[in-house]
This record gives sequence, C-alpha cells and structure tokens, in this order.
Amino acid sequence: MTTITKRLLFGNEAIALAARNAGVALGTGYPGTPSTEILEYFAEYGGQAQWAPNEKVALEVALGASFCGARTLVTMKHVGLNVAADPFFTAAYTGVDGGMVVVSADDPGMASSQNEQDNRHYAVAAGVPMLEPSSSQEAYDFTAAAIDLSEKWHIPVLLRVTTRICHSKTVVTPRWLFPPSDAPKFRRDIKGRVMIPAYARPAHRRLRAKLAEIAQWAEDSALTRVIQGSKSLGIITSGVTYYHVREAAPEASILKLGITHPLPIEKIRQFAESVECCVVVEEGDPYLATHIRAAGISVDSKPEMYRFGELNVERVRRILANDESPEPQPPAGKLPELCKGCPYRPVYDILHRMNCIVSGDIGCYTLGVLPPYEAMDTCVCMGASIPVGLGMRHVLPPDQARRVVSVIGDSTFMHTGIPGIVEMVYNPPPDGHVVIVLDNGTTAMTGQQEHPATGRSLEHTPTNRVSIEDVARAIGVKEVHVIDPTREAARFEETLEKCLQSGQLSLIVARHYCILAAPSIKEFEKLTQQQFDFQCAPGGSEHYGE
Amino acid sequence: MASDTVNVLVAGLGGQGIIKASDIIADAAFRSGYDVKKSEIHGMSQRGGSVSSDVRFGTKVLSPMIPRGEAHFLVLCDPSQREVFWEYLRPGGKIIAPDMVPAEALPHQKTLNIALLGVLSIHLAIPENAWLLAIEANLPSKGVEANLRAFELGRQKGAGVLEKTN
Ligand SMILES: Cc1ncc(C[n+]2csc(CCOP(=O)(O)OP(=O)(O)O)c2C)c(N)n1
Repeated sequence: MTTITKRLLFGNEAIALAARNAGVALGTGYPGTPSTEILEYFAEYGGQAQWAPNEKVALEVALGASFCGARTLVTMKHVGLNVAADPFFTAAYTGVDGGMVVVSADDPGMASSQNEQDNRHYAVAAGVPMLEPSSSQEAYDFTAAAIDLSEKWHIPVLLRVTTRICHSKTVVTPRWLFPPSDAPKFRRDIKGRVMIPAYARPAHRRLRAKLAEIAQWAEDSALTRVIQGSKSLGIITSGVTYYHVREAAPEASILKLGITHPLPIEKIRQFAESVECCVVVEEGDPYLATHIRAAGISVDSKPEMYRFGELNVERVRRILANDESPEPQPPAGKLPELCKGCPYRPVYDILHRMNCIVSGDIGCYTLGVLPPYEAMDTCVCMGASIPVGLGMRHVLPPDQARRVVSVIGDSTFMHTGIPGIVEMVYNPPPDGHVVIVLDNGTTAMTGQQEHPATGRSLEHTPTNRVSIEDVARAIGVKEVHVIDPTREAARFEETLEKCLQSGQLSLIVARHYCILAAPSIKEFEKLTQQQFDFQCAPGGSEHYGE
Repeated sequence: MASDTVNVLVAGLGGQGIIKASDIIADAAFRSGYDVKKSEIHGMSQRGGSVSSDVRFGTKVLSPMIPRGEAHFLVLCDPSQREVFWEYLRPGGKIIAPDMVPAEALPHQKTLNIALLGVLSIHLAIPENAWLLAIEANLPSKGVEANLRAFELGRQKGAGVLEKTN
C-alpha cells in the first residue's frame, strides 16, 4: 500500500494507482491516445501489464482471468471498444468472478483520433454499468468503485473517461481501498459461461435483473451528488464538464452523475422538479438528455452545434445563454509532420512520384497524406488498408487497379492487418495486390510502445517475436521482400515497380527504425543483450537475428 | 465571482519541452500548497506541431482548461506561436517570450523552457525553493545543473515583461 499523502496525478496515473492498490492482478490493453499511459503507469507501480495485439484480444485475456476470480483492468481508446465490442457484449451475459474494469478513453474534439464517437452508448447497448469520473481524484475513487460494483454484481464495468480526464493532472489523496481478492482458482459454471442459445437466453434475463438492481442502488449511491445552489437554475452533468459548469455557473444547483448507466432516474426526476429551469449540459452526443426525456422528465439541453468538439467554460456559458451565434474560430496551429529523417519519407516520396493509389491506415505514417507527399487516398480505421485496397482492386479498370497499394504500419499489421492478408490470399484480385508494411520497430504514434513484432514486452524486456515476413509467407504470399527504404531507396523503388507489374500478391516490408525511438531501442537491446540486426544491411538478413 | 485562480499558458512547438515546463510549474505550485490543475493535448502535436499546456492554481481550481481571454501569463517557447495563443491572454496579461533571455547566455538551447520559467517565477507567489525542488524532481539528474543555471538566468533577466494592452 502506497503511503497516504496528496499527490498531483494525471487521470491515467490515478486509474493505474487505484487498480494497483485494489489488487488488480492483470492489466491488458492496446495503446491509443488518450488511454496509453494507464497500463504503463500500472507496470511502473509494480502491476502485471501486457500489450495485446489488439483490444479484442486484450479484453478476452482479461475475461479469462476474471472468470478465474482475478481482478482485471482493460484499457483502450474509444475506437478500441469497437474492436473489442464482440466479447464486451457477451461478457455482460457471462459476467465475471474477479472484478473487471474496462476503460474507454474517449476523445471529444478528436485531438488524436479518426472520429469522436461517444462510447456512453456502448454501456446501454451492451448492458454494462458505467462510471464517469470528473477529476483524477474521482478517476482513483471510481476505479475502485468499479471493481467493487463488478464483484458485487458479477458484471464487467465500463469506466468512461475523456482526454481531459486522462491528460489533466489534479490533486489526489490515494485512500486505502479494500483487501485483495482470493487467489484465482477455476470454478466450473457451464451454464453461466458457455453462451449457446439455450444458456444465453436465461443469461440475458439475469443481466436485465442485475441492471434493475444496480439502477436501484444508483439512486442512493455516493456516486450521485447534488450541489445545492439557486432554485432558479439546475444543471445535470457528468465527467469533466461538471467543472466547466461549476466555473461557468457558480450559482446554479447541480446534479452530478457519477454513474451514468443505469441512470438514477428518480433522483434525476426529483432534482428536475426542485428547480425552475433544468438544463442538461454534456459533452458529445445528447446521451443524458435523450434518456432523461425518455423517462418523461422535462429538461432543456444544448443546441446541436455543441455536439461537436470538446466543451469548455466558454462553451458552457454559451449553452446556458442558449447562444447559437457562430463561435469564433481559434487560429490554426502548426500541423504535425513526419520528422526530419523519418524512414517513411523516402517511401512516400516514391509513392508520390509513381502516382500510386494508396489505401492507407492509421499511425504516424498517416502524415504521408500531408504535402509535399499527399500520398494517401483513404484512411478509415486500423487494419482497413489491406481490405479497402483489395476492394478497389476488384472493381477498378486494370490500368487503375494496378496502381493500388496498401500501406500499413508494423503495430497496425499485428493489430488487425493479418486478416486482410488472409483475405488477399483467399480472394485475390485479378491483377494481384501490393502491401507495404512500414516497419519502424515501434508503435510510434502513441509514444513508442512495444508490440508482438518487436520481440519485447510492455516493459521492454525480451519475449518471443512474431515475424511479419514469416506470417505473410505462411499465409501464402509468394512475393515477400524486406528492404531498408533509407539506405536502399533505389532497390525499394525497383522492387515496388516490379511487384506492381507482376500481377502477383506481394508484400514489401520497409524496415528501418523510427528516428525518435532508435536511441531507446538500442538501449533496450544493449540492456537485454539482444543483438537484433534490425536495419538489415543492403542485401542482408531479412530477420532481426536471434 | 471572487476567484484567486492564476492561469499560466505554456505554448510552443513539439520538442521544445512545453509539457515539461508545465509539469514543473504545476509541481512548484502544488509544493507551495495550492490546489492545482494542468491540462494538455498529447498525440499528433508531438510531431513538430503546435503544443500548449494549461496550468491553473489557487485556493480551489475548477475547470482544468484556461478559458479564452483569461490567462494571466503566456509563456511562449517559440515566437511563431504568438498569434495562435494570443487570444488566450487576458487584457493586462503578460507574455514571456524567448527574446527575454539572451540565447548566448543559455547553458544549452534545450534549457530555454526552464529559463523562461525563471522569468515567470518572479511574477508568481511561489517560493524559489519550490521551483528548485520541482526542477530537480521533473528532470533527469544529468540535466538538472544546467537547467538550474538557466532558471537563475531567467530570474535575473525577468524585468522587461510585455503586457497585453488591447
Ligand atoms: C482500434 C484502434 N486502436 C488504437 C488506435 C490508436 N492508434 C492509432 S495508430 C496506432 C498504432 C500505430 O503504430 P504503427 O502501425 O506501428 O505505426 P507508427 O505510428 O509506428 O508509424 C495506434 C495504437 C486506433 N486508432 N484504433
């Protein structure tokens, strides 16, 4: 147990510390802003933390552990829950023995994401309780509360945070939590854990019964708080928006919802009736407003224009004034760009000159879309580059189809790229296809995390390595090349040209360390006595070397 | 609305130590007994784009974000970002810019962010000792000495701070 003194912590740090202090036995996840640091801090605090290849796998590993009574923490950004949605929905039916907290870190305003989906809808859709902290202190307290709730009702709990919770530092008093759970052991529960229709039907009823009980509990829970103020204005809110509201309308009465699924509807009704004018102020979709109105409670809500982007004090003031006049546009800052010396630069230079149609993917390499290269034509979600490129190849006339290239990063390849290769081998387009894996030896975008193809664990210690080129060959790609695009730009260009002409299925690994990550990777290698031959010499080894 | 919250916006480009500088301000304020919140956007901006971080401290801080037009101080590590963040400054707010410390006197160009904190420190009710401890706690030990010198340089040069008058 950490000594109880006040500390200044990021929300992500607070979640990790609470998980550690609450005896979480396993933390799993896949990196993604703004969630990434949770598992890194959890490991720093001495917890067992693992990067999974993707969010679905992360959630399933944790589920297995929680089936056996271990407490688990699963972390991901909002779009990660799309990937993990399949097990998430049915885990609500099976339930868990050990407490299981699934953290969804949403990104309203899209500081670093491809969309601003509001994952509060997932709690309703899956039938899982949801807590929303407003500060690092609550990130700490609610993580503990989530574990408690999860164990009391044997159900996974969604801890929904946003960028301004994850990446704000506020003061935390890390209180003592509760004793560790019993040692994990296997408990057979076939009807509870095997979701064939005959067992799933009663499981669904059990889930609804649990939710009804939790809704009752939520009514009197300390997670729901009323801040008494003026009777003329009452505001219902949650998350970081609570503090914007306090600052924008210090005189108002506030109903602060800590548990936002199931909603404490009677508490909300009483509050709405106790004030002259009741306004729901929330970031993102009109989630609270919709559900509160569906319960027959009359409330005002924000104009549609405030659905877009983050809220802040100024925007809350405008909402309360019902001000729909155009908002001043903040001056544009400088856009990010590929680093000087980034190994992707020569690749995009070649793709640009060859006028390829580039089906892209998500990572630092998405910056290839910006001038001077403008060498990316699509980018939708992680792993989409290969299937989207194949779809184009299937329908385009041959002269255009032959220019289509899929470009994907190394971490993204491990995440959801492999099924695309399976599809390519199974349903090959008439003129073949070309996949370029931009292998910079790290997950650069999110701050240099390890992944299965680096051969190092979350804490940078050696583990088994999955070889990208061996995977491609094993699936059945005949033409596989590994080239350093910085040292052998000419060979890279020649090979790409040949592959495009050949009509075969080919995969080119463009392999060179990320310029930012190279110094630390070399440190890890030295520390662990690994002698990887990562930057293969011209004509040299395709392998990292054993 | 009697709030004693002090708002400091630190801004510049990726790689200039913006987040580090804001960590140090927040830590120094925290050590001095204030309630503190600081907030920033990570991610894409690390690749050389605009970066900023909001630090707020006082008896009780509410929103972690500084409202537009309410920053008391704008610490600019790159003059090019002045236009982008100018509107966050309140009338009478102060700009702390790179030209306030002589570049040739810096122990190292990388210590500019800390030198600017030296300038800032003269204007804040945070004891010098809290600053020194915060610098030591937030920087790798081999860089501490040079950064303490940069901080001292900033403190000495902190006289000519610009005020926003419009
Ligand atoms: C489902 C999902 N999970 C996580 C993310 C966040 N994310 C975007 S790209 C990326 C990985 C990029 O790594 P890599 O493919 O190696 O490319 P690099 O950034 O190194 O160029 C991650 C984790 C996301 N956008 N979607």
